[in-house]
Amino acid sequence: MHKEAAIREPLILGHKTFSDVTEDVCRPIEDKAPKTWYVLFGIALIIGIYGIGCILYLLGTGVGVWGLNKTIGWAWDITNFVWWVGIGHAGTLISAVLLLFRQKWRMAINRSAEAMTIFAVFMAGLFPLIHMGRIWVGYWVMPLPNQFGSLWVNFNSPLLWDVFAISTYLSVSLVFWYIGLIPDFATIRDRAKKPVSKKMYGILSFGWSGRAKHWNRFELISLVLAGLATPLVFSVHSIVSFDFATSVIPGWHTTIFPPYFVAGAVFSGFAMVQTLMLVMRKAMNLEAYIHTRHVEYMNIVIMVTGSIVGTAYITELFVSWYSGVEYEAYAFINRATGPYWWAYASMMTCNVISPQLMWFRKLRRSLIFTFIISIVVNIGMWFERYVIIVTSIHRDYLPSSWSMHYPSHIDIGVYVGTIGLFFVFFLLFARYFPVLPIAEIKSILKSSGESYKNSPNTHKETVKPTPFIQNVKEVKAKLTRDELSAKTMALISKLGAVSEETKDNLKLISGVGPVLEGKLNKIGIYTYLQVSKMTTEEYHLLDELTGSSKGRSERDDWAGQVKKLMNKSNNQ
Amino acid sequence: MTDRVIYAMYDDDDVLKDGAKHLVAKGVKVEEVFSPFPIHGIDPIIGVEQTRLGIFAFIYGLIGLTLATVGMRFFMIVDWPMNIGGKPNFSYMENMLAFVPITFEFTVLCAAHGMAITYFIANRTLPGMKAQNPDPRTTDDRFVIELRASQNSKFSAAELESLVKETGMVEIEQKEI
Repeated sequence: MHKEAAIREPLILGHKTFSDVTEDVCRPIEDKAPKTWYVLFGIALIIGIYGIGCILYLLGTGVGVWGLNKTIGWAWDITNFVWWVGIGHAGTLISAVLLLFRQKWRMAINRSAEAMTIFAVFMAGLFPLIHMGRIWVGYWVMPLPNQFGSLWVNFNSPLLWDVFAISTYLSVSLVFWYIGLIPDFATIRDRAKKPVSKKMYGILSFGWSGRAKHWNRFELISLVLAGLATPLVFSVHSIVSFDFATSVIPGWHTTIFPPYFVAGAVFSGFAMVQTLMLVMRKAMNLEAYIHTRHVEYMNIVIMVTGSIVGTAYITELFVSWYSGVEYEAYAFINRATGPYWWAYASMMTCNVISPQLMWFRKLRRSLIFTFIISIVVNIGMWFERYVIIVTSIHRDYLPSSWSMHYPSHIDIGVYVGTIGLFFVFFLLFARYFPVLPIAEIKSILKSSGESYKNSPNTHKETVKPTPFIQNVKEVKAKLTRDELSAKTMALISKLGAVSEETKDNLKLISGVGPVLEGKLNKIGIYTYLQVSKMTTEEYHLLDELTGSSKGRSERDDWAGQVKKLMNKSNNQ
Repeated sequence: MTDRVIYAMYDDDDVLKDGAKHLVAKGVKVEEVFSPFPIHGIDPIIGVEQTRLGIFAFIYGLIGLTLATVGMRFFMIVDWPMNIGGKPNFSYMENMLAFVPITFEFTVLCAAHGMAITYFIANRTLPGMKAQNPDPRTTDDRFVIELRASQNSKFSAAELESLVKETGMVEIEQKEI
């Protein structure tokens, strides 16, 4: 078995067992959604619907409703497209490139980062589609002969390369993501109590049974898809950059674009992952799986790619002067000192200066700081695309056609709408899908989990999780076995001792799963009547004994719940 | 014909692996292992061969590569040669560079999707299929070895059972199918 150095921080904190992993990931899916989820979902949905309204208005009226003009033919539309595609780079990078490099920390974030990727590419794909104006003939980008002859789409054009690149990227990412999801859907299916969710997750899990041969194939297909997706990640944004680099516009016609765009994409993608993960880990109680160490790793990636982007900006500036081409030089002087200087300045501050702060260990391990920087970076990366696109074309070769770009409210509405739609998708994902790869996390539990990590051998005697007493001892080192039994006695004397034969189904209490039920039974709590007697004091005793999260049982009001359950069974 | 199946359940992957080793050493044929995550190193013990999916992916990739090359040569060189910026499309080789991106994307597209489809068919995991794991806990924290009496005819049912019980399992279940 692969072993990790003992001085490395464990990737999974808190002495988790296999079933704890299942429990922690499935619980938010099985429980009722919290109020905040509904509020956020409502807000996102309203914004998304507004965006769809703007798109429909645009389709009915024409692309003229955007603030484009003769000189500035591309502005917010392509800026948003490139911005979203860029954000959509982190997911596959995390799950493919980091898989090839055997980076285990990716497992905490790859599932949701990939979901984010897919939704971001959806949003990106919207912009070229609506930019066509007549979206109903969108299929013309496919290699179909023109119905009036045999004219084909132009395979020499980077715009067509883009069609192939984006659609390949989207569909391959989707397949990669889904193949990883299948075993986890099976886990949810096998735990599901309600017939509807059992049926739904049964369909989604494709009848996965976890046979050895299937796992063998699963591991290989993950590896090969990762191998295929890795060059794909780099190719997609390279091809997006060809849209600009192969043109003859000063400021666009740059050979540095492909690597610079790819670095920028990874940069902004990781920033978006940080924004989402920092909220998600808190909201879904996943702090044990996505902790400071993971955030720090991602911040290092942001720092490195941010530095590459900064170098690219400066190289570009230098080459525009060194080339001796007046037009090229003017394009860059105009960027920095022309009427769009503020966009250039925000791009430079957000993208070049802010990631450099990550050199400080204190800062890159600070969650609040990371959250702020992640948003700053995404703003900066939006400005980068805006600067590249608009400032390069707003003053062309003919001064009489020089112009400025002013976004119309439809421009803004469509852009904000895509952010809303993105969050609609992401919130649905967080609600109904396993946000961590359950199977993969379990497979690294023994090499990177806290209880297993530094034990001399990972074998039964030392490792086998004897859940109850041993775990409590580790979590709260002060409690000895005697104290424990004293506390158990105290608790049971208050609740009344009963024998196992009169056992009730404690799993019906929301917040109690099979594991916790086992723990309760071990303490000697078997019936509703016992639970119904619990007050604050007993809750505290119980939390100490089970070692489960503080105050959870009290918040869920177990006593109140069982009283209802008891009434129900009395009425029947 | 009815067959007798023994399911031995473990609560640790390494214990299962040692158990399987022990059984195989005694000459027992292990029909199947169900686990919530891949157990590394179990395949050679129970005689699961390395999958050939990788070879398939390569073949699908080659098909994609060929299709893209043949297609673009036909569209751009044979059927409707275009003169773009004074640079006419005379031959495939002279224009090949412009076709590299799409050729690459299409190769990846075919390899990835062909492989995924093959994977689903080979596994017989398709939407709506029934799950076949013997216990719902095998997708949570339990690991199961499946033995069949018909494949272990040199042992009696009782012998098999006692062999299995030597292996540190936590639960045993027998079924006639």
